[in-house]
Amino acid sequence: MTEFSISEAEFQACVDQRLPDDRRGEVERYLATHPEDSQRLAAYRTQSEQLRAAFAPVLDERIPEGLVQALRPRGARLLRVAAAFALVALGGIIGWQLHGSIERQERVQTIARGAALAHAAYSPEVRHAVEVGADQEAHLVAWLSKRLGGKVRAPSLEAVGYTLMGGRLLPGDDGEPGSVSPTAQFMYQNRQGTRVTLYVRTNMRDQDQTAFRYAREGKVGVFYWIDRSFGYALSSADIDRNELLKIANAAYTQLNP
Amino acid sequence: MSDVAQVVTYIPRLRRYARALLGERAAADDLVQDTLERALNKFHLWKRGTDLRAWLFTVMHNVHVNQVRSRREHVGLDGDALELQTRATHDAGLETRDLERMLQRLPVEQREVLLLVVLEDLSYEEAATALGIPIGTVMSRLSRARVRLRALMEGLPATGRLQVIK
Repeated sequence: MTEFSISEAEFQACVDQRLPDDRRGEVERYLATHPEDSQRLAAYRTQSEQLRAAFAPVLDERIPEGLVQALRPRGARLLRVAAAFALVALGGIIGWQLHGSIERQERVQTIARGAALAHAAYSPEVRHAVEVGADQEAHLVAWLSKRLGGKVRAPSLEAVGYTLMGGRLLPGDDGEPGSVSPTAQFMYQNRQGTRVTLYVRTNMRDQDQTAFRYAREGKVGVFYWIDRSFGYALSSADIDRNELLKIANAAYTQLNP
Repeated sequence: MSDVAQVVTYIPRLRRYARALLGERAAADDLVQDTLERALNKFHLWKRGTDLRAWLFTVMHNVHVNQVRSRREHVGLDGDALELQTRATHDAGLETRDLERMLQRLPVEQREVLLLVVLEDLSYEEAATALGIPIGTVMSRLSRARVRLRALMEGLPATGRLQVIK
């Protein structure tokens, strides 16, 4: 009786059903007389099935908006350029009062300015207001935390009537002195469709700590504060200062329990 | 359909592979995002008429290698807390979760081969090209990955039976 022999590579190809036709017969005859290997073959095929079954659901998941947008670099770049221009323009028009151009003050005010700008850029968006929706809040928060390099949280503002819609990562404001950190924006909406955004950035410094401050950029009102290494700014164009303060307080309480 | 639009149709498969490779949703989507950005920047390097999907896995492999390299330089970026949070959203069956966990215990180079071949159905040649390794290496890693994963799932020590069957 002839002793058949097959290589391990052939065995693997057999598991994957990729053996060339002219080798199939011999391998099958081999397996028929080697129960241990035919058992191993069955185990590996089951293993393959299990792997495919385990990850099949990923194919049906909603694709995060951010991934589709990654393929629209021209638009994104344009937006970034537009944002940079707007920043310069706003700086000129509104004349930020950089008393004595103290560095610290600049850093702090950058937050209000950046927040107002980001609010104006994204809150009118109907289809792409957020990159990742609130239905994937855990993912959103983990993703933003990773990108920001610090644990970011999206406070619940339900108590003051605002529901989390989702969030996005904003390009770091490179070029600004002392601020190159990526920034996150969470967007909330009430029943009337009024939107507020919470702008979060890390890498602030301890000595920057502030209580609430209020700034106004054109139509956008901003309450902002710095807490440890985080800077926060809550913006809205459609509600008055008192209402905004109420929401800012709700956010502050949750972020600093 | 433009070529770039074609890339979009592969996003679900890139996400599936990245999820299986990294075991964690946020990290996987980061990898996909970086892959898409790089693919777009390097799109001129894709040879028309060749398999776009296989090329995208090549790009993903390279991005991943770079990520792993830079992560080594910034140890501790990925906190356990992040992992726990994403895990909570994932309500797979216990057995599936076991399989996912054990998969993560394979050496990454074995995991890549196993997933490209089994999950993504790349030919051995395509897997070799995507990973930049000889086909013989694909076969031996595939073999080792299967031995090891089976042993892990059965709770047995890996015996590493390799090469030639008599």
